[in-house]
Amino acid sequence: MLTIAGTEFRSRLFLGTGKFSSSAVMAEAIAASDAQMVTVALRRVDLDNPDDDIMKALSLRDYTFLPNTSGARDSQEAIRLAHLARAASGSSWLKLEVTPDPRTLLPDPVETLLATEQLVKDGFIVLPYMNADPILALKLQDAGAAAVMPLGSPIGTNQGVLTDFQVEIIIEQAKVPVVVDAGIGAPSHAAYAMEMGADAVLVNTAISVAGNPVAMAEAFAKAVEAGRAAYLAGMGQRSKQASASSPESGQLSSDLGFLS
Amino acid sequence: MFYSPDFRMLSREISQAGPADVERALGRKRLQLHDLAALLSPAAEPFLQKMAARSADITLKRFGRTTQLYAPIYLSNYCTNRCAYCGFSADNLIKRKCLTLDEAEQEAGILHDRGFQHILLVSGEAESAVDVDYMEAIALRLRNKFAAVAIEIQPMSTEHYRRLFNAGITAVAVYQETYDRDLYKTVHLSGKKRDFDYRLETPARVAAAGMREVGIGALLGLADWRAEGLAIGHHLNWLRREFWSTAFTVSFPRMRPAAGEFEPLQIVSEANLSQLIFALRLFDPDVGLIVSTREEERYRDGMLGLGPTRYSAGSCTAPGGYGKSDHEGEQFSVGDHRSLDEVCAMIRAKGFDPVCKDWDREFQISN
Repeated sequence: MLTIAGTEFRSRLFLGTGKFSSSAVMAEAIAASDAQMVTVALRRVDLDNPDDDIMKALSLRDYTFLPNTSGARDSQEAIRLAHLARAASGSSWLKLEVTPDPRTLLPDPVETLLATEQLVKDGFIVLPYMNADPILALKLQDAGAAAVMPLGSPIGTNQGVLTDFQVEIIIEQAKVPVVVDAGIGAPSHAAYAMEMGADAVLVNTAISVAGNPVAMAEAFAKAVEAGRAAYLAGMGQRSKQASASSPESGQLSSDLGFLS
Repeated sequence: MFYSPDFRMLSREISQAGPADVERALGRKRLQLHDLAALLSPAAEPFLQKMAARSADITLKRFGRTTQLYAPIYLSNYCTNRCAYCGFSADNLIKRKCLTLDEAEQEAGILHDRGFQHILLVSGEAESAVDVDYMEAIALRLRNKFAAVAIEIQPMSTEHYRRLFNAGITAVAVYQETYDRDLYKTVHLSGKKRDFDYRLETPARVAAAGMREVGIGALLGLADWRAEGLAIGHHLNWLRREFWSTAFTVSFPRMRPAAGEFEPLQIVSEANLSQLIFALRLFDPDVGLIVSTREEERYRDGMLGLGPTRYSAGSCTAPGGYGKSDHEGEQFSVGDHRSLDEVCAMIRAKGFDPVCKDWDREFQISN
């Protein structure tokens, strides 16, 4: 079981709610993915409106609601939005996104760290979206982040885990869960991140713009489970030299002659 | 400062592109300005279907199965400029009106009740009717009602834009009308707008003031649309480098019948307009592309998902037009007369999500 801030999650697949063709399709895809954590952009919902399309489609009894600060350019905006979300929803969970460049939507490391420090002090459960920088991950962890969310590749690009050499270091060093977020474009990418030892992955575009989002959500669920199982089973080391899968007996002499 | 390339040079560069240049541009992951020139050229016309397919793919990946919706509110049709093509031109004998703050709030209330969360405040260019104080007062009244409030009014100073940003204005649209410096002088007969460079530098002043989004564009029907497209590409490129934290949009106002009976100097067909939209989408995968109700419903329905990301709906272009049935004093007559609900129904029928809220007023409270 994955535990973040004392809450247990059976599913290691987190889902984003953007870019779907309708709220109904979104809800169906989430159900098919078996996800227990869903993130919603605060800019897209009206939390004060009980008839809000997205919020009505999400049954919050079934999911941990993870509002995100998508659109925030600096720590101040993110902090303000976080407080509003908590006031309206009653939940302290927060996916912190500070993305000053509207083009790449890459996260600002400086402002993300500042906002994390403040929001942790304010009692939030902060899951910061970050570039796959191992030192930044450690600093965010020290600041009290409940998990870290390094990106695989720029959001929405479906390019997979291009940052794997950094994500591996983050996973090796982290005391908090590591959730690979952004850029995961295919179930094989998700499986790869899980095989590396990521605690969970967050997927959105690859599911929402798929030809059949519901079937794709199921495919991701299976990939995440398979990747996790492979990680737990102990993956073989990758090597540049070939090694036979059934070593010849002559090389592994059974008479153990070297002992004599 | 942005230096706009010589317009005739742009036209020439485009006319020299051949099918091989088009194919090269279509094969590239990141397009450069010479690729944009190729895609805008007559040589690209046989590739329109291919361009449409790539444009649709890019738009889907970047923006998802969604289309944003907004509506304009015309505040005033007073104008001190004489522009040969515009219904609000100072010497046109139309009924002039400038909404009072209460009237503007009433109009906004009507749009709010119809379900709009993003609005665009539009006016003619007359300081005596609509100045920064008036705009600031309106912004402060509307900021709590809407997720995003944009403006399309006369160019202002950075300082004035900053005041409006702090009052809750999200975005500013200012169209160059034409990037052809010579033609610009002949159609802008008098008034402050005659200053080509002051207008050209306006998007930079808007971005410098901290506005979240800047809209640029050219009025289609004045000069060579292909060269306008390439000039927009140059402008966008420069703005992106100078103001990396600002979002940009491009609009494609195609000339509609207006008071004054100005005949378009160039006919821009729907196929031309589509080529322009696809070329810009391929050139800049992240730019917002806006198609307003100037275009007819058949065209707007057909283009959905192929490149544009934002549509206006249920628009009236006369000040006070939402509250009353006669639309006297409008800037131009619209081509798509459907209501927000009808446009939303069409968007849903095409498998897209009509998005009325994609911003939050809380972003706009100054620190």
